[in-house]
Amino acid sequence: MQSREPRAYAGWWLALVAILVYALIPVVWLLSLSFKTPATVSDKKFLPQDVTLDNYTTLFEGGLDSPLLRPLINSVSIALIATVIAVTLASFTAYAIARLDFPGKTLILAGALAIAMFPQISVVGPLFDMWRALGLYDTYLGLIIPYLTFALPLAIYTLVAFFREIPWELEQAAQVDGATPWQAFRKVILPLATPGVFTAAILVFIFAWNDFLFAITLTSSDSARTVPAALAFFTGESQFTAPTGNIAAAAVLVTIPIIVFVLIFQRRIVAGLTAGAVKG
Amino acid sequence: MADIKLHDITKRYADGTEAVKHMNLEIKDGEFMILVGPSGCGKSTALRMIAGLEDISEGELLIGDKVVNNLSPRDRDIAMVFQNYALYPHMTVRDNMGFALKLAKVDKTTIDTKVEDAARILDLSEHLDRKPSNLSGGQRQRVAMGRAIVRDPQAFLMDEPLSNLDAKLRVQTRTEVARLQKDLSTTMVYVTHDQTEAMTLGDRVAVMRAGVLQQVDTPRALYNDPVNIFVAGFIGSPAMNFFSGTISGGRLKLPFAELAAPMDVSHAGEVIVGIRPEDFEDASLAPANHPAGAKFEAPIEVLESMGSEIYAYFSFQGGEVSSDELAELARDSGIAETPTGGGGLAVARLNPESEVQQGERAKLWFDGAKLHLFDPSDGSSLKRGKQEQQAAAQATAEAVAAEDAKDPPSRAAAGADGTTAPE
Repeated sequence: MQSREPRAYAGWWLALVAILVYALIPVVWLLSLSFKTPATVSDKKFLPQDVTLDNYTTLFEGGLDSPLLRPLINSVSIALIATVIAVTLASFTAYAIARLDFPGKTLILAGALAIAMFPQISVVGPLFDMWRALGLYDTYLGLIIPYLTFALPLAIYTLVAFFREIPWELEQAAQVDGATPWQAFRKVILPLATPGVFTAAILVFIFAWNDFLFAITLTSSDSARTVPAALAFFTGESQFTAPTGNIAAAAVLVTIPIIVFVLIFQRRIVAGLTAGAVKG
Repeated sequence: MADIKLHDITKRYADGTEAVKHMNLEIKDGEFMILVGPSGCGKSTALRMIAGLEDISEGELLIGDKVVNNLSPRDRDIAMVFQNYALYPHMTVRDNMGFALKLAKVDKTTIDTKVEDAARILDLSEHLDRKPSNLSGGQRQRVAMGRAIVRDPQAFLMDEPLSNLDAKLRVQTRTEVARLQKDLSTTMVYVTHDQTEAMTLGDRVAVMRAGVLQQVDTPRALYNDPVNIFVAGFIGSPAMNFFSGTISGGRLKLPFAELAAPMDVSHAGEVIVGIRPEDFEDASLAPANHPAGAKFEAPIEVLESMGSEIYAYFSFQGGEVSSDELAELARDSGIAETPTGGGGLAVARLNPESEVQQGERAKLWFDGAKLHLFDPSDGSSLKRGKQEQQAAAQATAEAVAAEDAKDPPSRAAAGADGTTAPE
């Protein structure tokens, strides 16, 4: 066994490196592009020859009128609001689905799944017309509503799975201990479902943060345009220069919040939180 | 502290199955009542109805003279210990035990004193700040008990609280539970499938089978005067031996012996005879001049010496008893796999000085005054006193049935009510 171990490890390392290279080369390439000057952008060299931060600084030139700052604020706000609403609604729904037997339960679950599978491109056109008629076009709410529609089923499915894991006796124990249904939910069930709540939150946030289709269709100005959509509107410094460096820089920046978000919440996703609840 | 009364309680599920059927039980203030029976007999359902975790389809439940049918568990002022303890895993032992008081808005210092008092009684003082996941099975069980006793409730409800402990710890904890209940003198309803627990713990024991209450009495009375073959077979370890016999002309004929029929039985024809293992003895060690003793010879198949006693399994020809009740008992307790379940084998508990040898024929004796006779048609006891009680019970059951027949719409409506309960 001992002689085989290093070889087995070497195999693992090889596989790991291969996967990392495959996954990260485009990202590193983007990073490299973002540090290149307009003149060297197409020099086909992997490492930038003369490193510049201009691509980043120009993104924020002019404060709120800058190309990126306002969309960044929009993106963070819209994604966070959508996440909070979706997770709150989904935890109530999922709890009811996991715990209660009510007519139409399977219909709700099937409906949720159907909505999640619905091609977004087919609703975008009608939404555009409806939102303009309702005055929701180019507003936060105009984006939050479609995001909720598609993120809720995802969150509900995730949370139902987590709620089903929690022994029902815990809730009954809380009831016998004198808790109202709301207290039992808030003080016993929800703390135990925390990993699920954060998992759902991450999924919804990523969905809202990465959306391009709704953002590009349902916004027309910086008042609600999110980063992915804003990227498409970048122009070069003159009409003859391509905004490659700026787009690369913005693409790098746009990944940072999501990495931070995942890292923060990943710590809260501690598996086996219910260990010790019941016999063992 | 309060008494608990169950009046004609029935639990019917949406699909029409009845888990508990017309159960009548009065549990006195401060009494230790055991609900015992094989799995699926409805004992846990009955307990959960008292707790308010299951809806009551029919009948009336009173705790301290107040009808609580429609009160939620939190308004019944009862504490429950669950089979798997159901401790809150995200709270420390202290918070687990103080949770109910915190919900009741008791002030912080009072909670601390009460929790610490309970922890001292249960020997948990040094574990108060640990999480349940870091405790052993026995400690978790004690935390679950602690969570119940800090509240000083009207009644404790225990759902097989010891079944997840290993055998040694179970015996030890059993003693603790009994002591605790005596000290607190709070009404306790305790569900178990273990007849040893039932016999050792309870002031009174209620034996259930298939949703029907069979007999409620003190452990001693259950043992000495079982009302039917089910109770007789369930209570006692090793279980009672059953033989079929016939009574004719004042004589009782058994597969291996014949003797004068007991005076207090007025029944002729087929009977089921129950003899407890300890009512057998080695013939050479049997009391002399016993008025109702009878001797017989039987081949000893298996001999188990326990030191303090010897269990001798002897075979007999013909006269095996088969009944639904006994089949269920055998299935549930695993007797089917033990020698007695094979049919034609009976167990006798002999004096350790006996010199009976395995594989040889031995002269045995049994006490004819301690026979239990049962009616083979319905398994009920044939003792005269019991017979009259049975007749009375039968009469009421028939009266209820007649009432049902007279007034079907109301019963149907009540049933429909019960079935709407979410499960």
